[in-house]
Amino acid sequence: MDCKKSRELLPAHVDQELGLLDAIELDKHLKACPACNSEFVRQNALRVTLKKNATYFQAPSHLESRVKAALPAENEHLAKAVKRSWKWAGPGSWFNFGATFASVVAIMFSISLYLTIPSPNDLLAEEVVSSHVRSLMVDHIADVASSDQHTVKPWFNGKLDFSPPVNDLATQGFPLEGGRLDYLDHRPVAALVYRHRLHLINVYIWPAANEQQIAAQTLSIHGYHLVHWTEGKMVYWVISDVDPRDLMTLTDILQAQAIRTPS
Amino acid sequence: MTDKSVFTSDTERTGMKGESRQARFEACTLPHMQAAYNLARWLVRNDQNAEDIVQEAYLRAFRFFDGFHGEDARVWLLAIVRNSTYTWLQENRKHKENTTFDEEFDSLGEEGSATLLNQADNNPEAILTRSGDRQLLNHALEQLPVEFREVMVLRELEDLSYKEIANIAGIPIGTVMSRLARGRKLLLDSLSGRNMEARDGL
Repeated sequence: MDCKKSRELLPAHVDQELGLLDAIELDKHLKACPACNSEFVRQNALRVTLKKNATYFQAPSHLESRVKAALPAENEHLAKAVKRSWKWAGPGSWFNFGATFASVVAIMFSISLYLTIPSPNDLLAEEVVSSHVRSLMVDHIADVASSDQHTVKPWFNGKLDFSPPVNDLATQGFPLEGGRLDYLDHRPVAALVYRHRLHLINVYIWPAANEQQIAAQTLSIHGYHLVHWTEGKMVYWVISDVDPRDLMTLTDILQAQAIRTPS
Repeated sequence: MTDKSVFTSDTERTGMKGESRQARFEACTLPHMQAAYNLARWLVRNDQNAEDIVQEAYLRAFRFFDGFHGEDARVWLLAIVRNSTYTWLQENRKHKENTTFDEEFDSLGEEGSATLLNQADNNPEAILTRSGDRQLLNHALEQLPVEFREVMVLRELEDLSYKEIANIAGIPIGTVMSRLARGRKLLLDSLSGRNMEARDGL
């Protein structure tokens, strides 16, 4: 083993992350090469001193109770977001007025209906999956292939009755690949295509039927991960085979943008 | 009463079990609050912001708890803390971090060999005795660009493996290694530079 190779492997050796064979080879080299060995000693010493002397910041004692206190509100918020999406439940005041036997029956009936037939959301999710797969299959992922948001956004002009938010997210690790028209939920929608490493991500956007906000929900179908939410009067469906965590990151970025630039 | 029955069915529908969901979440994530806070604190370098970020990250984690299937809760939570922190940093550009995300293409070779060889004769003991000074060491680590700081903190303070760090930071294992190597080199350089100054000052 030469010094160049040895220096490449040193950091992993310091961390004891080398494979056995490499580790043996490197040890052999270190015995023979004082310069590499002294670098090894130096890096090891740095590790030790960091472990021993760098501050491990202690969370303040009130933080746990602060977080605990915030959770129920979040829980409620989630439940409400879901509840509001149940149109048949009608306005809450109606319930307060007529908490009658009939409404209970209606609810039971609806629940049994819900259990036996797929919800509109499930159907839509299937639609999104099909559309995503189709877009990859026919090698026609984008009608307008450009990483320039100022090319992609105007392209939708005249093709849709709304203007979808388009941003290149290359700096956040999601370069824009392009956009195309698609058809979901009985209407034309904007499909933005982002790439994350080798994975393509379809982001479908269309105007919501009403003003309600729906918090992000995740689901997985046939190995694809989906996130959907409604915010700023726009419905978002994001789908890819990328790691769910990366999809979550993209979700966060898109939501943060929606807040910054309300359409 | 009827309202409540709707609520129950909703919660069942989304896989939430109300309070028990929260209890499960707390049991999973609260033991890792120290790690969460330490990571956020090192990345934003400010107590109050770190607290806010940890709270935000916990709420976000709670929202996505249904997507957690019993893998390593610490890794899962730290990934969310890390993402929340980056979102925060992006939104607060005044704390501008000098981030470059594509140093995967940075070859380790040129960084690694020549310069390190030249410095190998720097007396490591002298540098590190000096850096035994906690403040000096903290300061040097705080000054590292955030992408190096994060892998250093996860590796040295949380004692996580390359694979776990790769999962948290969303980067390949090779990048974890090259960032650690680069981070250590920067840190050693900065510590030795500081020692020079200190010695000159004397």
